[in-house]
Amino acid sequence: MSLRLGFKSETVLINGVRIDFSRKGRGRPFLVIHGEDGYELDDPGYMSLDQLTHNNEVFIPRLPGFGRSSLPDFIRSADEVSYIWLDFLDHFDLKDITVVAFSVGGWLALEMASKSCSRIRNLVLCGSVGVKFGGPYDRDIGDIYFHNEADVRIMKFHNPENDPHFRLGGVSKRAALALARQKEAIVRFCWDPYFHNPSLRHRLNRITIPTLVVQGVKDGFTLPKYGRALARAIPDARYVSIPMAGHFPHLEQSEKFGAEVASFLSGRRGAN
Amino acid sequence: MEFYHFTEFAWPYLPPDNEFTSMRLNLPSSVYDPKKGADLYNMCLDQYLLADELGLNCMVNEHHQTATCLNSSGVVPLSILARQTKKARLLILGNPAANLADPIRCAEEMAMIDNISYGRLECGFVRGVPYELFASNRNPTETSERLWESIGLIQKAWLTHDGPFNYEGKWIHKRQINVWPRPFQQPHPPIWTTGGSDLSHACRTVAEGFTFAMFLTPVQKLSAMFSGVRQWCRSQGLQRPAADRFAFMPLVAVGETEAEASAVIERVFWYVTHNKAEAQHRAPPGYVETSLYADFLSGRFTGGRTDAIRKLGLEYFRKNHVAIYGTPQNVVRQIKALYKKVGGFGHLIAMMHAGDMDFDMTAKSMTLFAKSVLPELRNLGSTSRRFGPLAKTRSRRAA
Repeated sequence: MSLRLGFKSETVLINGVRIDFSRKGRGRPFLVIHGEDGYELDDPGYMSLDQLTHNNEVFIPRLPGFGRSSLPDFIRSADEVSYIWLDFLDHFDLKDITVVAFSVGGWLALEMASKSCSRIRNLVLCGSVGVKFGGPYDRDIGDIYFHNEADVRIMKFHNPENDPHFRLGGVSKRAALALARQKEAIVRFCWDPYFHNPSLRHRLNRITIPTLVVQGVKDGFTLPKYGRALARAIPDARYVSIPMAGHFPHLEQSEKFGAEVASFLSGRRGAN
Repeated sequence: MEFYHFTEFAWPYLPPDNEFTSMRLNLPSSVYDPKKGADLYNMCLDQYLLADELGLNCMVNEHHQTATCLNSSGVVPLSILARQTKKARLLILGNPAANLADPIRCAEEMAMIDNISYGRLECGFVRGVPYELFASNRNPTETSERLWESIGLIQKAWLTHDGPFNYEGKWIHKRQINVWPRPFQQPHPPIWTTGGSDLSHACRTVAEGFTFAMFLTPVQKLSAMFSGVRQWCRSQGLQRPAADRFAFMPLVAVGETEAEASAVIERVFWYVTHNKAEAQHRAPPGYVETSLYADFLSGRFTGGRTDAIRKLGLEYFRKNHVAIYGTPQNVVRQIKALYKKVGGFGHLIAMMHAGDMDFDMTAKSMTLFAKSVLPELRNLGSTSRRFGPLAKTRSRRAA
């Protein structure tokens, strides 16, 4: 896994869990919570991060089970991980934080912010999962384990070839092992209930900070209506959809995504 | 040696091969015709009644959401056989203990069957193949632990006769466990598990005093596993497990002539050639060990043992004792050879029916097996002298 330019790699022990994280810059804290595929950890071009964060100290912690982060047996849910992330904020005494979170990272951010927003200034949720809005027979979140690889790519990407994992055939055994551990960690948190916490919806009212919900128009994993429902459920949230993008607009339309986030963070009205 | 008849109650009336991607999980039940299905259920049950008459034991299993196995509950055929058979040992292999919502209900059902059959139950517990996780929704990362926790709790429930006890374990919480009835066999029915390449699971099974079974495994792998268990027992200072702690299931066909047996085994082999499944259903993350899953992700692992041996064909199966067929004398010879190569085993589960085989064809093969093969092999293998975990060997000083 390549480290983004200029980042320093560190580990810290949080409540018995070793957390591997990257840090860069000085200024108001900016926390990136990566998603289930870890794309946000090693893709140098995503979301125009450098432009967004030149006055920030950026933290990118790796989920338990990712990289050098340990995965103790007691961590079995997003709820438990969210406490580790809250402890991470406490450990570094981070205040007035901007949180930008992707997919499962969005779920973790929702879990955190619904418990306490005291250290968080604002929140960007990109393709967030974590909440169930539909009825028992509605499939709110596509089943990425049941369908074949090609169909899952179509579900997640506007153009399947944009998947950074499009060709894994040549990866080294070491890289494949790291990826396997990541996927096992995600299954532990996300298999049942499937990529959501049934009780989370009922405490979204506690998230009182300004929030931007970003969704790709071509997202088949969580449909745009899911993103709209999420934005409606969070008191001070705004919804933005990005054309020509699936579940990862920051990968498929990184400039557009960066512009929307910059606009939100500067307090201006978004492009759509 | 004990001998069992097995059919998986597979649905043979499949659409053309290019019209479906998998027999498992996503094949719609519109493919199933209830009239033909009812006949199939009863024909398979009749095979077990014949097995009982012939002096064979019976083995049933279960799978879910699949045309490969119409037994979506092993308890149902087992219940019927408990009442309708007279002598056969009744092996369920097994109860999907890792996927069950309530293992205590399983303890109750098994105890009932043991009573109704007057103590003929052989009670297997399985982790379940990976496909089962989509039907059960059980988290793949939990199933190994859940299997052993369930077995331990069921055993405790069978052994407790002084009223309710409390259990708050890792995966199962029950505050008032008091199973009625208690099993007919004392202290409880024999327990079995199945396994693939996980040697530690096999060792634990045998050390606990249970029987370890493997299905359709090429002889080299089978031998490695069985001898691996024996070596581990020796290294732990445990007594050498008797042959009846090991079981194996091959495909079996017996004919009056080689040609007749070959024609029958081709029909049994249908089970192998038609066992079509989608790759991602075989490897949900967390089910197989991390290294193997990494190979799956990077394309180094393509389909696994079942796919590989399927492509190698029937001759490969015969050479590796996964398919045992021929005249009675030839079959006796093959089983004796297998027995020797793997260092002995005490239970042979003969899969003698699959695909579109009718009752008469199956019955003839079963009858030849029971009348002309079984008597030649019955005395093969040692039996365990005591119930329960393997004892430590006495030290020289103590001896």
